[in-house]
Amino acid sequence: MKVATLACRVVEHQWVSARYKYLRLSCPAPLARHTAAGQFFQLACPVSEAQAPFLRRPMSVYGIGPEEDRIEFLYHVKGIGTRALERLRAGDALTVTGPLGTGFAFSPDWKRVLLVARGVGLATMAPLVPLAARAGVAITAVLSARAPGELMTQEFLRGAPASVHAVFDSDGSSAVERVEPLLRNLLDAERPDRVYTCGSNRLLALLQKLGAHGEVALEQQMACAMGVCLSCVRLFNEEGEKVFRRVCCEGPVFPLGAVAGEVQFG
Amino acid sequence: MVDPQVDLGVKIGSLMLKNPVMPASGCFAHEYAQAMDLGRLGALVTKSVTPKRRIGNPVPRVAETDAGMLNSIGIPSSGLLYYVDKILPHYVGVPAPLVASVSADTAEEFAAACEALSVPGVSAIEANISCPNIEADGRAFAMSPKDTHRAISEIKRHARVPIWAKLTPNVADIAEIARAAEDAGADALVVANTLLGMAIDPETRKPKLGNVMGGLSGPAIRPVIVRMVFQCARAVRIPVIGCGGILSAGHAVEHLLAGATAVQVGTASFLDPAAMLGIIDGLAAYCERHGVARIAELTGSVRIDPGLTDRWLRLAQQSG
Ligand SMILES: Cc1cc2nc3c(=O)[nH]c(=O)nc-3n(C[C@H](O)[C@H](O)[C@H](O)COP(=O)(O)OP(=O)(O)OC[C@H]3O[C@@H](n4cnc5c(N)ncnc54)[C@H](O)[C@@H]3O)c2cc1C
Ligand SMILES: Cc1cc2nc3c(=O)[nH]c(=O)nc-3n(C[C@H](O)[C@H](O)[C@H](O)COP(=O)(O)O)c2cc1C
Repeated sequence: MKVATLACRVVEHQWVSARYKYLRLSCPAPLARHTAAGQFFQLACPVSEAQAPFLRRPMSVYGIGPEEDRIEFLYHVKGIGTRALERLRAGDALTVTGPLGTGFAFSPDWKRVLLVARGVGLATMAPLVPLAARAGVAITAVLSARAPGELMTQEFLRGAPASVHAVFDSDGSSAVERVEPLLRNLLDAERPDRVYTCGSNRLLALLQKLGAHGEVALEQQMACAMGVCLSCVRLFNEEGEKVFRRVCCEGPVFPLGAVAGEVQFG
Repeated sequence: MVDPQVDLGVKIGSLMLKNPVMPASGCFAHEYAQAMDLGRLGALVTKSVTPKRRIGNPVPRVAETDAGMLNSIGIPSSGLLYYVDKILPHYVGVPAPLVASVSADTAEEFAAACEALSVPGVSAIEANISCPNIEADGRAFAMSPKDTHRAISEIKRHARVPIWAKLTPNVADIAEIARAAEDAGADALVVANTLLGMAIDPETRKPKLGNVMGGLSGPAIRPVIVRMVFQCARAVRIPVIGCGGILSAGHAVEHLLAGATAVQVGTASFLDPAAMLGIIDGLAAYCERHGVARIAELTGSVRIDPGLTDRWLRLAQQSG
């Protein structure tokens, strides 16, 4: 079956910063062979006396392989589910369902890609880094974070060469007015074959405004994660028409230009 | 695997099912073929379709609750023609009867839609009369015995396949609604749809659903629905299909014992897309363990001691 629910084992689990945690799993199937950059899994966060998460948590695959039974995640410890997940120790069991969704398009023939990530959005794009590095495609990364301590450049590149531009809320460099000239210059000067982004609606809107050609990974509250329940829709412009698409299966990766502005909730 | 020794087959009116497990409407679509063999299911039930195109409700459309979830999907629909042309073909060749779920705004629209969906490939129609009735200020058809009777009668006059009436649990007396549906000619009852609920985030003070209110499903509602299955099964002669909070074979057995002939599984599939197959295997194992040769024997066989209350009262008087 293309999508399987598997009882996996935690191999490594550690903090990489004050709020983000790295998780490495060993799976009873060669998942690495079947998982592509931009795809995700549903994680069954453990139920404990303190926490009883009910729905599964969608998490992008952050690393694939190199052993064929290994997959990795990098996640923000945030609410009930991720706080329960956080408590797992090496050797513990974790059930995951996947791989799910449509990942990023990539061609080894390209010369350069531009990756624009905000916060933990870099976890979703991280599997693109080894793809590009192995193919000799140059990488430029614009990484945006609250403060230098949360940037996770190492976690993103994992040793791959790249030209990195870091911007922060703490010194105001991540403000849209300041990121705009930076991105405009990079697009003009480097002419990347593709731009990828994840983690910020503002960066997405900015890249759209600049006419960037590429893809974005989106999030939405979901339940089934397989296109069945119709909960995780977002609005898109396709051939002059407005259409709803399901983030879980038609995405989470979509063409940058097609995303229509989100209706703000509340 | 299913033990060939145990007969898991059940009958819903004229329809024979190889086992009593099928998906709940809105919690199943052809995409699940990526995670399981759909042919193993007792029947396939598709997401409700409406005659009119609908875009559905604002997001967020789902929210987690204690032992369950709220949803306010709002039945997005591309209409009946799209359903027949684009959805039905996905199930051609799957060896399980297909049940099309329909919602509509009025009794007449319901009837016309059920007539239009009485096509080859559709073995039965589930009339989702838990949806709002435009002619009754948006109150669900199945909240009133009169509206239930009118909608089902109208549908029965036009449809050419068996009609299952899907009831709403948001009523004071479900047995009364069940009898109205049976009187109007329903071939089976599905008990039940979601319980109306609401959740608020205390930090942001915002409702957790874009639509403010939504339907509660999952294990949280099981005791309420099992009680309703029990009441409906005692009130009517047509088969009752239990639907609410089933995560495991044990939960399915609970519904059967309460009076259900078959069961529908909704929210559980969101936790594991192949959950229904585990339930089918678990039912076979249960029957074997309890020496049940035919699963149909379980229907309504809850062991209630009819003399218990009397003996209890007598004992209380003696000791008093
Ligand atoms: C396709 C996809 C990939 C993702 N990849 C990552 C990743 O690699 N790393 C990471 O840290 N986060 C990722 N997220 C976001 C992550 O799923 C949520 O942060 C997480 O579910 C929050 O769960 P919680 O129990 O901590 O929070 P709670 O607030 O307790 O969650 C309550 C409910 O809301 C849902 N929810 C909360 N936030 C989000 C959100 N942003 N998107 C969707 N559902 C949400 C939860 O799944 C749960 O059902 C991804 C989301 C999606 C849709
Ligand atoms: C996301 C979602 C969508 C649903 N959509 C429909 C629908 O279109 N028509 C319908 O009759 N019931 C719908 N239901 C109700 C289910 O069919 C079922 O009655 C209910 O969820 C209770 O079963 P459960 O506890 O096993 O989920 C939906 C439920 C959920 C959770």
